Amino acid sequence: MNAPIDYLLQLADNAVILGQRNAEWCGHAPVLEEDMALANNSLDLIGQARLLYQHAATLIGGDASEDTLAYFRDVPDFKNYTLCELPHLPLMSATACGDRDFATTIARNFLYSALMVLVWDRLQGSADAQLAAIADKSLKETRYHLRHARDWLLRLGDGTETSHQRMQAAIDALLPYTSEFWASCPQEQAAQANGSGTDVAALRTDWNTIVDAALQEATLTRPADSAFLPTGKQGLHSEHLGFVLAEMQSLSRQHPGATW
Amino acid sequence: MTTTLSRTEQAWQLLEGLSDPEIPVVTLRELGILREVREHPEGLHVVITPTYSGCPAMGQIEDDVKATLANAGLQATVITQLAPAWTTDWMSEAAREKLRAYGIAPPHACAHEKTGAASVVQFAARTATPEAVPCPQCGSGNTTETSHFGSTACKALYRCLDCMEPFDYFKPY
Repeated sequence: MNAPIDYLLQLADNAVILGQRNAEWCGHAPVLEEDMALANNSLDLIGQARLLYQHAATLIGGDASEDTLAYFRDVPDFKNYTLCELPHLPLMSATACGDRDFATTIARNFLYSALMVLVWDRLQGSADAQLAAIADKSLKETRYHLRHARDWLLRLGDGTETSHQRMQAAIDALLPYTSEFWASCPQEQAAQANGSGTDVAALRTDWNTIVDAALQEATLTRPADSAFLPTGKQGLHSEHLGFVLAEMQSLSRQHPGATW
Repeated sequence: MTTTLSRTEQAWQLLEGLSDPEIPVVTLRELGILREVREHPEGLHVVITPTYSGCPAMGQIEDDVKATLANAGLQATVITQLAPAWTTDWMSEAAREKLRAYGIAPPHACAHEKTGAASVVQFAARTATPEAVPCPQCGSGNTTETSHFGSTACKALYRCLDCMEPFDYFKPY
């Protein structure tokens, strides 16, 4: 039983877009160790995305490849959560400039990896054997990502007045975007129906436990749930994704078939 | 000299000479990357499994396997297989000892509970005792983690508080 292609793309797009975002820190992180940590994090995410894209490309057949899926689709084709495409900045328009905000990076990696340890754990039992195999590997990697983000969440949240305030601001800005995790969409329903996916809404309690425990330990406050519901996984994105794709895809589109 | 060996045995013998591009002291077999060599009508099938999903050494490893067998006149196809997922638990005691001698602290056994996040929460909680990673140079257990992520995807960076030397720790996976 194969997973629906759009479901594989949703998982892959999340990984590749967040991987691309985290790679923006390469050469710019606050300390050398973080430069390596975030580059490693990106390497894992892009590796996961490649395995998922390769699997999807096999199912699509024809000329599809990991490269056509990553580099030659446009904004409405991408099914990643809106959370993954946001810049490392407090919320502002896509063309605005600012210094990258490390707290935003940590908050996003924490919220996302707290979800993905649960998702990959369930997907180890996917009816799609290849997806189950990818989940098995990804879980091991995502545990390290969660550990890294959680440690920084604590250190910054329960740190100085400034670090606390910035970590709180990042959580306040990004937590509303997580409402998208729980709203079901066609590819998730199809995946659940054929046994290749999992009921993400059923993971909400476990996710809340991870998030609330960490926020409490970090002396941070969880903002109240809002009615805001992003729609990235349906292909309706924020204005930011186009800029991410422009950078990520420009080389392949200018030099199709380029190799090292 | 190898006339009595089957093609698969010959392939294993040749591949035994291949080491990890990043960690030259251990062989691909010892690391658990080289899984199987099978006879196939069109040539040998060599099964390898990736370590980390994004490990950039995998391409090099595949090329090394192909080149080594081709040089010996053996036609082979390299098959990348994901399941069962590679784990550091497959590493032999001898390989661990070689890592230690090379200056890399070998991986501890993986935690065995299967639930997704449980191990992480325990892992990072302040009350939890950090895992002791003995220094590969002086053997002291008085070490501290500098960074979860090191020079390659599979390693963390540690420092010994007794001999003051930094060292890599091969993370359990």
